[in-house]
Amino acid sequence: MTDPIALDPVLTPAERSRLPFNEEHRSHDERFELFETHVLAGGKVEAGDWMPDEYRTSVLRFVEMHANSELMGVLPEREWILRAPTLRRKLALTAKVQDEVGHAQQLYRVAEDLGKPREAMFDDLLAGKTKFHNVFHYPTRTWADVGIIAWLVDAAAIVAQQALRDSSYAPYARTMRKICWEESVHIMHGRDVVVTMVNGRPEQRAMIQEALDRWWGPLMQMHGPRSERSKDRDIHWRIKAKSSEELRQEFLSIYVPRILELGLTLPDAELRYDDAAGEWRYGEPDWQELRTVVTGHGPKSQDRLEFRRVNRAETAWVRDALLGAPKAAA
Amino acid sequence: MTDTPPEDRTTTEATDGDGHTLEPWEVFRQEKEGDPMRHGGSVMAPDAQLAVHYAREMYGRRQESVRLWVVRRSDVHELEDQDLLQPPLDRSFKKPGGYVMRDKLAAARERSGQAKPKARSK
Repeated sequence: MTDPIALDPVLTPAERSRLPFNEEHRSHDERFELFETHVLAGGKVEAGDWMPDEYRTSVLRFVEMHANSELMGVLPEREWILRAPTLRRKLALTAKVQDEVGHAQQLYRVAEDLGKPREAMFDDLLAGKTKFHNVFHYPTRTWADVGIIAWLVDAAAIVAQQALRDSSYAPYARTMRKICWEESVHIMHGRDVVVTMVNGRPEQRAMIQEALDRWWGPLMQMHGPRSERSKDRDIHWRIKAKSSEELRQEFLSIYVPRILELGLTLPDAELRYDDAAGEWRYGEPDWQELRTVVTGHGPKSQDRLEFRRVNRAETAWVRDALLGAPKAAA
Repeated sequence: MTDTPPEDRTTTEATDGDGHTLEPWEVFRQEKEGDPMRHGGSVMAPDAQLAVHYAREMYGRRQESVRLWVVRRSDVHELEDQDLLQPPLDRSFKKPGGYVMRDKLAAARERSGQAKPKARSK
């Protein structure tokens, strides 16, 4: 290469993928501004990057709540492992419970790297200082609940989780890709349970309808009340991509037809698709119930937390054994 | 076996942590024989033996991996000097895309009076 022009600097700083907010000589305000520009342009953030406290706190709170939900979410289902109707169902349900606990472990890993130790996250969960999803505060009354939870609760969750695969916080986005793949199996398992029972005896069909009627309210509350996109800090930082209402609309669009094709009904007389507006209309979900439930006053909130407290105490010896006293010098 | 690390493969048996402090271990997985090892995620463990066990639980329980490696995070050495990795000079001469000769070829054909060769079907 003899052309001297070819040796001129031709790549702009942006093309060199240097992240200027990592440079320590800059002032905090300057770094904050550069970080914001990077994220708003679709840039990703890694655990080792500099980040404003507001961003770190927001990601941590979001991921911690998600991890808590995975951990607490297995409790309603584990009660049915010993009562599963066939061996294959028992294997599938056991695997699902194991998967969800695994998701909790992976999400607590993501949160730990943001600076909060796992033990502190367990302390806060058990003390009621941090939350988990509303749907896990309710009892499971029949085997039909297992089908409805695995199908529709997981479906509502996966709608949200798929939108998180593009999160600006890259370690979370990568974890969500793996989790979504595993959740898709759970949805198939749940739908198979529901379709099987719908094709069964009238009592089985009635069990599914009764479970659906009971779960519909919590399902409609699950994504939370409508909020303005422009005021949502998690959307601003691109931690998540979609608002609660967008997620609920997406869930309804995919799953209402799949529920109705089974000849089941939904307990909401106002539910219909408004062609003119291009969106679903529905009876206003009970937001007071949502607030009551997620603040630890749901029908099973305290039982479930107590189960975790007892479980944590009973398994302390395992953690102690794993991390036991340093080995004597050889 | 191209992806076998230079040292022997018995590291899964070894206890190279201090055995009583949790630390992060990076997990790499191979999806099928011949694929590259790709980063999967990380686990917390006090030593290599448990790190391998946890990695298997998180990244191998659904038959989605044919090989797993764990590497203590503190053993990963990173080069992140952008002056070395992304030097601010034109490096297009190192890439096939740096050689655009459509117009020059057309000129050469014109000089030689040759037609553009037809793409031959196999």
